[in-house]
Amino acid sequence: MPPMPSLMIPLLASSMPSLTQPALWPLSAIVFLPALVALILALPIIPKGREEFIRWIGLLTTAAVFALSLWMAVPALFGVPQAAQFSVGEAGMQGVVKLPWIEAFGIEYLLGVDGISMPLVVLTTFLSMLAAAASWPIGKHVKAYFVLFLLLETGMLGVFVALDFFLFYVFWEVMLLPMYFLIGIWGGPRREYAAIKFFLYTLLGSVLMLLAILMLYFASDLRALSDEQLLAAHVVSPALDGVARTEAMAVIHAAQAPLHTFNLMALAQIGQQPQSPFAAAQVWGMSLETWAFLLLLIGFVIKVPVVPVHTWLPDAHVEAPTPISMILAGVLLKLGGYGILRICYPICPGAGLSLAWLVCGLGVVSMVYGAFAALAQKDFKRMVAYSSVSHMGYVMLGLGVWSAVAGHEYRWEAWAQGVNGAMFQMLAHGISSAGMFFMVGVLYDRVHHRNLDEFGGIFNRLPVTSGLAIVVFFAGLGLPGLCGFIGEVLVTLASWNYSRGLAVISAFTVILTAAYILWAIQRVYLGAEYKGPHGEALTPITPRELSIAVPLVSLAILFGVAPQILFRYVTPTVNRQVETLADWTRRVHDARVVAPAGTASTATDPEAIR
Amino acid sequence: MNLGTLITGSLNDTLAVSLPLFRPELCLATTIVLLLLCRIVPLLRRLDSGIVALGGVCFALWFAWIDFRDLPGSLWLSSSAVQTISSRQEIFTGLLVFDSLTAYLRLLLAGFLVLYILFTKVSGIPDHEDGADFYTLVLGAAIGMCLMVSANHLLMLFMAVEMASVPSYALAGLLKGRKTSSEAAIKYAVYGAGSAGVMLYGISLLAGVLGTCHFPSMAAELARIAGAGGDGSMVLVLGGLMVAVGLAFKLSAVPFHFWCPDVFEGAAAEVGAFLSVASKAAAVALLLRVAFSLGVPPEGDGSMQVAQAQVLVALADTRHFMVYLIGLMAAVTCTLGNLAAYGQTNMKRLLAYSTIAHAGYLMMAVAAAVAMVGVAPAGARAAISAVVFYLGTYVFMNLGAFAIVALLRNKLRSEEISSYAGLVHSSPGIVVATAVVLVSLIGLPPLAGFVAKFLVFASLVEAIAVSAERPLMLVLLVVGGINTVVSLFYYLRVLKVMTFDPPPLDRVGESFSLVSLPGAVVTALVVPVVVLGLFWSSLYACAQLAGAFAF
Repeated sequence: MPPMPSLMIPLLASSMPSLTQPALWPLSAIVFLPALVALILALPIIPKGREEFIRWIGLLTTAAVFALSLWMAVPALFGVPQAAQFSVGEAGMQGVVKLPWIEAFGIEYLLGVDGISMPLVVLTTFLSMLAAAASWPIGKHVKAYFVLFLLLETGMLGVFVALDFFLFYVFWEVMLLPMYFLIGIWGGPRREYAAIKFFLYTLLGSVLMLLAILMLYFASDLRALSDEQLLAAHVVSPALDGVARTEAMAVIHAAQAPLHTFNLMALAQIGQQPQSPFAAAQVWGMSLETWAFLLLLIGFVIKVPVVPVHTWLPDAHVEAPTPISMILAGVLLKLGGYGILRICYPICPGAGLSLAWLVCGLGVVSMVYGAFAALAQKDFKRMVAYSSVSHMGYVMLGLGVWSAVAGHEYRWEAWAQGVNGAMFQMLAHGISSAGMFFMVGVLYDRVHHRNLDEFGGIFNRLPVTSGLAIVVFFAGLGLPGLCGFIGEVLVTLASWNYSRGLAVISAFTVILTAAYILWAIQRVYLGAEYKGPHGEALTPITPRELSIAVPLVSLAILFGVAPQILFRYVTPTVNRQVETLADWTRRVHDARVVAPAGTASTATDPEAIR
Repeated sequence: MNLGTLITGSLNDTLAVSLPLFRPELCLATTIVLLLLCRIVPLLRRLDSGIVALGGVCFALWFAWIDFRDLPGSLWLSSSAVQTISSRQEIFTGLLVFDSLTAYLRLLLAGFLVLYILFTKVSGIPDHEDGADFYTLVLGAAIGMCLMVSANHLLMLFMAVEMASVPSYALAGLLKGRKTSSEAAIKYAVYGAGSAGVMLYGISLLAGVLGTCHFPSMAAELARIAGAGGDGSMVLVLGGLMVAVGLAFKLSAVPFHFWCPDVFEGAAAEVGAFLSVASKAAAVALLLRVAFSLGVPPEGDGSMQVAQAQVLVALADTRHFMVYLIGLMAAVTCTLGNLAAYGQTNMKRLLAYSTIAHAGYLMMAVAAAVAMVGVAPAGARAAISAVVFYLGTYVFMNLGAFAIVALLRNKLRSEEISSYAGLVHSSPGIVVATAVVLVSLIGLPPLAGFVAKFLVFASLVEAIAVSAERPLMLVLLVVGGINTVVSLFYYLRVLKVMTFDPPPLDRVGESFSLVSLPGAVVTALVVPVVVLGLFWSSLYACAQLAGAFAF
């Protein structure tokens, strides 16, 4: 009788802290409150006819989640700081929640926030609240709409706070189905096509991501990490004290078989080791690291989206109802950038370095292509959708400028500037694109068309609406003093160090951006008189619409004037990650270049894969 | 050895060893007899045969559970309890084998039967008149399936397959007077008879060359032949291929799948549910059983370990052959199933192709398991666990899907996908349930189907890292991934019709509320799909236990 396989990895049982982790309830509530309300709403006890009641439930839920996330993110607003709250200016992972989930695979319920994810969480809850408010005109199946909407919010928030790769993937996929139905049921005339296209593209990306996750999982081994690294990665919870901690470490180091992990922080530690198993293993002539990086990158850039996998975006945006367009542009596109920053680079630094040209190139191509495509559009919403492609190109370029090596110098500052710029661009684009889509929606709700050529003279009829819209569009354009400017400038400056050509192109794209936005403003808002259809319906902006537009406009101005509000959160974490990776470049890359013989032997060793 | 000792010995073996481990099957057999007796006695004729069957199946479930619970290494075994069952036990003089795989699958089949009988009581097919026939056939086939999972002898393999198949042919023709149903039954029977004949020929070839039909002895003989220089290997390959034909027929693997869509379309949805879940589970288990019995030496005591290791090495060629056979069949089955499902307009036909595709995913994991036996036993165990976990979730997913088809048929009088148009307006609950089941079949989190697919892919990735058949495993992984994306189309199309399309003006029947008896059945099948997608530790622990059956 051979020994039975152990049914539980013992280390998890011993090192698991209890339910008293300070951030457990706040973070879990932020993620799961929407889903919980969605489940209650789905029950038959809530009558379908009470539409106004359901709308208010939806709005209040999103508002509560926003308040909770604000409580976490900005302790200064709420008196004495609690342990669960975010301490601004700290680089590390905070509010880590760690509970066992599937012990046989070491999968954990592992959540946490740092300077990269915290602002994105707040952006998500904020835009969800505004989108819920913008959902008032939705009159068809209100109950089902809000159930799906709230499920979508849970998925988005979960992706930003999950630190376990499996959990991350679950949340990533949870978003798909609600989005499919939200576009497919409440969308425009070609909604079915747009919905299936969105689903198909994203599912293709996520299947590739799943393969990458599995490759990394089976190549990982926790035993190779030092005690400090295990603590830093929260494999062994730092909350454990003396004896328990020593025991937990001993269990890991004494393990007979490799201990695989889904812990993103631990995977990053493993990937950045001098003898990284991800770099050593070979599959079809490329290192496993490169494969994983490429597969993950495809999964993420589909979401971003970059040219040539962007084609789902204009369709989805045009067909989706206004609030869903706001969520799509404001949050969903950020998931891709977030994934690249959080997962691709830290876990596969070697591939990131050698493929920096690919990421930057994709960024610049989308930037230019998106701008030209926007210039050519006749449909107002489609134009805004292509502007998203163009603007997210800056994010890609900023993330990609791996300029740690300039000649033989190591300067991480320029690179950090690029990543900071990309992060800022993501947040600013979240505000401005949501605002642009909302302002397009305001017009569409009145005149029921979006044909740029049939507009004109809106300013005379609706001065307040037009004023707000023009500010938002200028923010998208990147006018100094508004939020779009900071990110674009930082990215362009940073790319100079990496490649002058790319920097010049990205600087010139600003002119294209100005062209399509100014031209659109001219065609829609300026002019003598509105001659298009439904002119009689051009009623002034309602208080509800105002309460959505004004916060977006004020934030666009606020972040443009005082960008340090966001940089206080973003910079410490980004700088530390970039510094670590630059340091990695110095240590590992040089060693590999100097001594190729040493790496060759490990590369061909099949044992290393196990 | 005189006759007396022989009889005493075999009596002892039967009464003391074999029969106690055979209680679930005995329960089913007794129930069949009861069902038939009830017909003879006029007083009992009015008794509902479904209730009798349910009672018998519950007893079988209880005994199957006891057998599983008392397995060594099980989670529920208290340490103080006396160990009564060893991990692997040959019963009935080696014709059958009892081990953790037998126990797990018998539990699964018995549990399925309980759910299934409850569902058929609600769905109304069979009616009172047909009840005794129907449940007799179902339970008879179920005994055959239990024998399939525990077969340890070529003869038993053939008998078990036939015992599971013959009642199925009759079940397919259950809708008397319906032309498609009779056609399905004939088609099924002809195909079945053909493949059974081929398999029997293959069995005779294998038995002729190896001189034995007992799986472990066959493995030892194969190792000896391999060591001696491969005499007669051509005949062995031919025999192996022919046996594979029989198994592929039961698995509905391409190119022996042609019966499947016709039978599923022609037969009642209730019969489809039985064939697609129970029959498939038993066939996959039989495939595992044959592959591991012939590819791995039976475990012996400590002193034989060296010899065992030699046999394991000697059987590498056998395993290599099996990995390629199963793997290539899996890739083709999966792809063809998914592509063919795309054009279907009938829901049962679509589910038939979906069943074929899922057989492909299951066989991928079987191939990975066989590929890893020699090099990474832990990985092979994980791959087997993936297979049996998949089967565990498949019970709920596919029974749920067929239950929805059957119950909607009762309301709408149609099984065409187009007749489901706009169902979301009148019956949102059933649409949500369908969405859960179909999305789980696609394999998206947080549903059980995702976990199953995740485990299959995980075993393939592990096999890529360690096994000798690395290119094949890579191909399987890529094929599996592409197929997942392809399958999105046709599953979503059903949901699209249900939600996006306007309801037809001439819709017959009332709305379908989840707060009703049929609704409760659907809920009971759909809730586990969600729960197993979120909290799959305990089912996986059971699967791990079953995964350790061979070594």
